[in-house]
Amino acid sequence: MTDAALRRRQIIAAGLLTLVLLALPLVATDFHLSVLGLIFLHAIVGIAWNLMMGFAGQLSLGHALYFGIGAYIVAFLSERFGISPWLGMLPAFIVPGLIGVAIGALGFRFSVRGVYFALLTIAFAEFARILFEHWDYVGKTAGYFFAALTPANRPLVSLRGGARFFYYALLVTMIAAWLLSMLLVNSRVGYFWRAIREDEDAARALGVQALRMKLLVVAVSAGITGVAGGWFALVNGSLFPDSVLGMRVSIDFIVAPIVGGLGTLFGPILGAFIIVPLNELSRDISQASGINGLNLLIYGVLLLVIVVFAPQGCWPGIAKRLGLAKSGEADRDQS
Amino acid sequence: MLPAMAPQQHSSFMFDLYANVIINGLMIGAIYALIATGLNVVFGVMKVVNFAHGELVVIGMYTGYVLWKFLGLSPIATLPIAMLGMFALGYGFQRVIGNAFVDRPQHIQFALYISVAMIITGLHAVTFGPDPRGIQSAASFAVYRVGPLRLDAVRLHAALTSLAVVAALWAWLRYSIMGKSLHAAADNLVGGRAIGIRIDHVFAVTAGLGAACAGAAGAMIAPLYDTNPYLAGEFTLTAFIIVIVGGLASLPGALLGGLVIGMSEAVAALLITPSAKSLFSYGLLILVLLLRPEGLLGRREGRA
Repeated sequence: MTDAALRRRQIIAAGLLTLVLLALPLVATDFHLSVLGLIFLHAIVGIAWNLMMGFAGQLSLGHALYFGIGAYIVAFLSERFGISPWLGMLPAFIVPGLIGVAIGALGFRFSVRGVYFALLTIAFAEFARILFEHWDYVGKTAGYFFAALTPANRPLVSLRGGARFFYYALLVTMIAAWLLSMLLVNSRVGYFWRAIREDEDAARALGVQALRMKLLVVAVSAGITGVAGGWFALVNGSLFPDSVLGMRVSIDFIVAPIVGGLGTLFGPILGAFIIVPLNELSRDISQASGINGLNLLIYGVLLLVIVVFAPQGCWPGIAKRLGLAKSGEADRDQS
Repeated sequence: MLPAMAPQQHSSFMFDLYANVIINGLMIGAIYALIATGLNVVFGVMKVVNFAHGELVVIGMYTGYVLWKFLGLSPIATLPIAMLGMFALGYGFQRVIGNAFVDRPQHIQFALYISVAMIITGLHAVTFGPDPRGIQSAASFAVYRVGPLRLDAVRLHAALTSLAVVAALWAWLRYSIMGKSLHAAADNLVGGRAIGIRIDHVFAVTAGLGAACAGAAGAMIAPLYDTNPYLAGEFTLTAFIIVIVGGLASLPGALLGGLVIGMSEAVAALLITPSAKSLFSYGLLILVLLLRPEGLLGRREGRA
């Protein structure tokens, strides 16, 4: 298959999937739409995290920090200061982006790499969680709640509504994040990122400004994650430090892109479609049977099976079978 | 007279308070040091970060609880059983699954250990339920008095035992043939293979030692904290803080880091509030990562 033909097949497949997702609310129930919304939310953060880890090779285990900050920003601007969430999404992108740059600059400058950088990101996220849990202004562990929606609520103004509204809102955000990541990955910057991922010292020797490129990827990744956090606040209507800043949040975000296929553009979306229903299902089984912890056991076993038998993630294999990736080498990065 | 006396009394009271808080922190810190030593041995030899280490500590705690509940064994008596059992568990896991992941990228290792962590926590919750399980005995309330210091007996025994286990492990790593093989594998994997070290076996022994340290620490902690399945995450994170502050792969670093973090938690709990006890630790961790990423006693490596 020639490159052009492959590209055409990929575009047609993406278009078909988009059409199906656009039409789905015609047949799906509100419950299914809210689960799908959750899937899109995880896919958005997965896309963001994948830019950093999958393409630039920088392992972050603390993306909950950016998610939580974005969530609290949107919540506070709209509820305390009456600023429209439309505007609130802007600082929800910029502030986490800047925090990401600050952490990156501190870490990268002192050449904190690899596992040390990953632990640095955990440290900042946990530090923020503990801080928020003891900070009166954000409601401590008791959490922060939005005012209840009134019948006069107009979703396109308040950005809050029913399952169907959030379904479309998150779908659009996901497609935007996906397009942004595709543009970046296929640009000059994307090639620099991959060069850094493969061998940072060699990339520097060839004139890639590694520090600047790494800060850029952290900024974009953190910014997208912050916007996802903003949406989470609007969807949920309540925020607790542990539910947006906790370690478990970071873990959940990371698992989806790994399961889907790291360093592929579609992997994070597929991963979210696998992981989120799995999580919901195991929680339902645990609740229905009344056995505490059964959800963790099921989820853990399934994750273990995936990690042991498909460590490259699910998408590369599926893409090849569908004829959406080259069958030879170098199928990573393309689809 | 009175106004002049008051501040002095106050300051001596404060001194006693802080002295007690710090000595308590140091005793917990000694147990932390044992947990961190297990994590560090594994990282030092295999360059693998075990994100399920805290879960192993909780296995040790439940082992201590079950042996006390059904056989009436004291914490000291449960120690060798917990260590042997956990060594076997760690060895078996490494042989069956772990060894295949030693050369894999970090994020895959992370996913592996996270799944193991979830399975262990899930098994604990399914078996024991979410309710806390505590060990009580006559010794629970015994106290040693040294000048103004009041040392809780159970805590002191646990701290001293932890230090003894750490010391024994150091000696074994330094003087035994197997310990030397571990060092060789850590320094130069290919060279180790070339001179006939069975790397699969060495890695499995390493994982077994890491698990045994965690299990021993768990058995020591069981009488101090009520056990529940969800303690694990905090132990894992505390162990990370300690090894980074002390120095990844440095055994003296794990000891120093354990004592420092134990103390900082105790002081933070007093100055702020107990639920914010790890705030200082994270602050310290961030400072160390930025100013001295190799840790207080770590060696600077080319690759990091």
